[in-house]
Amino acid sequence: MPDGDLLDERRSQVHRTGEGPLDMACNRESLAGAVSQRACVFCGSRVVLYPIADALHLVHGPIGCAVYTWDIRGALSSGPELHRLSFSTDLQEKDVIFGGEPKLTAALDELIDRHNPKAAFVYSTCIVGIIGDDLEAVCRKMTATKGIPVIPVMSEGFKGNKREGYVAACKAMFRLVGTASGNEAAPLEKEAVRAAVRPMTLNILGDFNLAGEIWIIREYFERMGLTVIANITGDGRVDDIRRCHTAALNVVQCSGATMDLAKMMKEEYGTPFLRVSYLGIEDMADSLYDVAEFFSKDDPDIMRRTQELVRGELAKLMPELARYRRDLQGKRVAMYVGGSFKAFSLVKAFRHLGMQVVLVGSQTGTKEDYEELAAITDPGTVIVDDSNPLELSKFIKEKDVDLFVGGVKERPIAYKLGVGFCDHNHERKEALEGFVGMLNFAREVHASAMSPVWRFVPRREKRPAHTAQAATAATGQEKKEDAA
Amino acid sequence: MSRVPYTSTTNACKLCTPLGAALVFKGIEGGVPFLHGSQGCATYMRRYIISHFREPMDIASSALGEKHAVYGGGPNLKKGLLNVMKKYSPALIGVASTCLTETIGDDVQMILHEFRKEFGDLELPEIVHCSTPSYMGTHMEGWHRAVRAIVDQMVTDKAPPAHSVNILPSLVSPADIRHLRELCATFGIAPVILPDISDTLDGTAKEDYEPIPEGGTPLAAIRGMSGARATIQFGRTLADRDSAGESLRRRFGVPCHTVGMPIGIRESDAFFAALEEAAGVPMPREVGLERGRLVDAMVDAHKYVFGKRVVVYGEEDLVVGLTAFLAEIGMKPVLVATGARNMGLEKHIADVCAGVAGELPEIHEGVDFHDIAERSATLAPDLMVGHSKGYRYAREWNVPLIRVGFPIHDRFGGQRMLHIGYRGALALLDHIVNAILEKKQEDSPVGYVYL
Ligand code: SF4
Ligand code: SF4
Repeated sequence: MPDGDLLDERRSQVHRTGEGPLDMACNRESLAGAVSQRACVFCGSRVVLYPIADALHLVHGPIGCAVYTWDIRGALSSGPELHRLSFSTDLQEKDVIFGGEPKLTAALDELIDRHNPKAAFVYSTCIVGIIGDDLEAVCRKMTATKGIPVIPVMSEGFKGNKREGYVAACKAMFRLVGTASGNEAAPLEKEAVRAAVRPMTLNILGDFNLAGEIWIIREYFERMGLTVIANITGDGRVDDIRRCHTAALNVVQCSGATMDLAKMMKEEYGTPFLRVSYLGIEDMADSLYDVAEFFSKDDPDIMRRTQELVRGELAKLMPELARYRRDLQGKRVAMYVGGSFKAFSLVKAFRHLGMQVVLVGSQTGTKEDYEELAAITDPGTVIVDDSNPLELSKFIKEKDVDLFVGGVKERPIAYKLGVGFCDHNHERKEALEGFVGMLNFAREVHASAMSPVWRFVPRREKRPAHTAQAATAATGQEKKEDAA
Repeated sequence: MSRVPYTSTTNACKLCTPLGAALVFKGIEGGVPFLHGSQGCATYMRRYIISHFREPMDIASSALGEKHAVYGGGPNLKKGLLNVMKKYSPALIGVASTCLTETIGDDVQMILHEFRKEFGDLELPEIVHCSTPSYMGTHMEGWHRAVRAIVDQMVTDKAPPAHSVNILPSLVSPADIRHLRELCATFGIAPVILPDISDTLDGTAKEDYEPIPEGGTPLAAIRGMSGARATIQFGRTLADRDSAGESLRRRFGVPCHTVGMPIGIRESDAFFAALEEAAGVPMPREVGLERGRLVDAMVDAHKYVFGKRVVVYGEEDLVVGLTAFLAEIGMKPVLVATGARNMGLEKHIADVCAGVAGELPEIHEGVDFHDIAERSATLAPDLMVGHSKGYRYAREWNVPLIRVGFPIHDRFGGQRMLHIGYRGALALLDHIVNAILEKKQEDSPVGYVYL
């Protein structure tokens, strides 16, 4: 039994494609002592809301929670950059004993005056949940005195995992939605909203503009003849979110993060939504086609423009990809990502590079996600929920992986094992979305898997089976010379 | 200070308490840090530490959920300890509490007592615990508390006298610790360095992923600390505190030398004097030569650095050491700041500047970067010295930032930076002078090639 050295309680969170029915236990609390790679509810809320660049993001809690999330994402803004500062109430012992409300009030008071934000989000951390500060009341009062929305985000860390944080973030944003109509300031009656919906407009949900990715996607939509009303939340603005209910469509990337907002908007305002992915060739193209399809009743020509766009981009991309594919053919990949949605696109993207995915894991996948993963991966692929360093290193060795895709916490695991690594997490500084992103991705994968350094790491150095491969890796030219 | 301090914190110049404790436990042989709290804290700290050291950093957590927060975290703590034992076979588990468990009032000591009784039939690792709520102190205080907890809980008997010296180096780089060990060897002395992160957080490429990396202070060596010839602990701010070194002195009569962080000439001199005394031998020739080389380089460099205005920030003891050195080479520290409070920084800075600095810098404790920036606005600094978190301000003021300390996550090799001893000072000097020359060259319309 290859999984014999898993902790017993972890066994039901590991599956191998093709070996029996998938019966994955997910959305569980992390196991005590298992060194989970997961963060907390607060983290989920923080990553979703933080890119709203003209809002004040105040972490109500002790200092660590704020420090560790200070500007950790490369979420770019085309204007204000308030989101890149780290604000905290830095609770001290006396606040814990006597309650943190006075400190929170004073902090909001001075920060709002100092920065004139369009709105303020106040994040609740574990300790605040315990001492029982009434965030709702403090925020209500500040909203009245300061004349801007001051919104509590109920994100106490211990109340679950990142997923609950996404929900809390969506609930917080939903309070803004519909508080401005079109370009005016006056709120609209719900019935009037649908009438105000503007044709050929959409909101981009679930993209955080890492390394400027949302700008790539916006440009595609614009070339298709569409107008983007709100970026939610990459390069986000409070006023855009306030009027985002006037868009005809929500496109939602990364099901985990902003799906709940889309659902709430559908229920309240009837705004339809589409799930999309901007990673990889097929998913990017399919997403654009789906959107074109949606709007073709308003503009019959949109499909043609979209096809042209896709064709043009692919013509540029494909020859370049082919070059990388030559080197990467047959290499094995493991990935461990936050949300599982990204994993679907990545599996397909790696196929384009001729690579085989042998391990897929996520921090917060749902049963359906894992079923879908099992359906699209090759037999024998390990599928794992809420994993930890020991398990991941075990699988990497067992599957003799050439490349590992994950986030910063996974990087040293790969490197210690002498395996190439690509950061496909929220800390990436290279745009990976869109067609151009696929090219960046291929370039990075190539640079990671083909570096000659792997021939010097002890695990590879000693194994004769790998010498040939390492040698070719060392000189990408060799193959080309052979071909010539 | 004239101004009413702000209530809010903007861009903090400190980290949270359990992080310091986790780093200490990582420096013990066979040690696994364990945070008693909810999952997020441990994961965040791991991520943060990994980005500096670029090494694995496993921190277990009791992963408390809502019901534990209400009914107490004891059961999860025990379960977590068992799981760590199963997967890591640790020699030591270092349990540090977080804000959450401190607030709900878990009695960790009692839970551990129960645990030891309940599972007495198993081969239990050493379990050290320390209380580290972040609403009381910073990561450095968490660090010192963990060192103290190890010494108090593990050094319980008087060991036979040994020709060894205990060194409590505080938060220095792995390279610094390696240097310390070499230095002690030249004095013919075997040091017990507590903690020792030189291998565990700056390891070699390995055949395998080691659940617990090689290295760290051996447990037996820790137990033997009561028999050492002396303890040398780094950090002027520890002098008046009930520190680990003090505990060893009080309980076992091990003489304790509290010296400043040995950065620069005079603070290093003090350290070497303590080492001479402990070892009973005069300073070896090699070390003397290093001192000589440092002084020679300081002479070569003096015109480049003289009068340059510097803002220094970071951990309390590190900033004292850095200020000492900057003043010695003729730079002008204009502002010295730390996020920690009640550290007596004014006195320590005055002491290390005596005789080398004319005017004393502005000194601020308990500040964040917003304060530092506001205070520096009129000071026109030429240079900043501190960790990576000052980058946005250095960029705004268009001055070089010399990255020193923790965290350094926007440069390469922070864990290999040498700061201490004469050799460390020389490395720092080269670094500073080159930054100044580079800036001068960049700003120059002529582009001189001989500088
Ligand atoms: S709760 Fe406390 S221990 Fe946890 S990250 Fe926040 S400050 Fe640090
Ligand atoms: S205290 Fe709670 S909210 Fe803060 S990091 Fe830890 S788990 Fe997350």
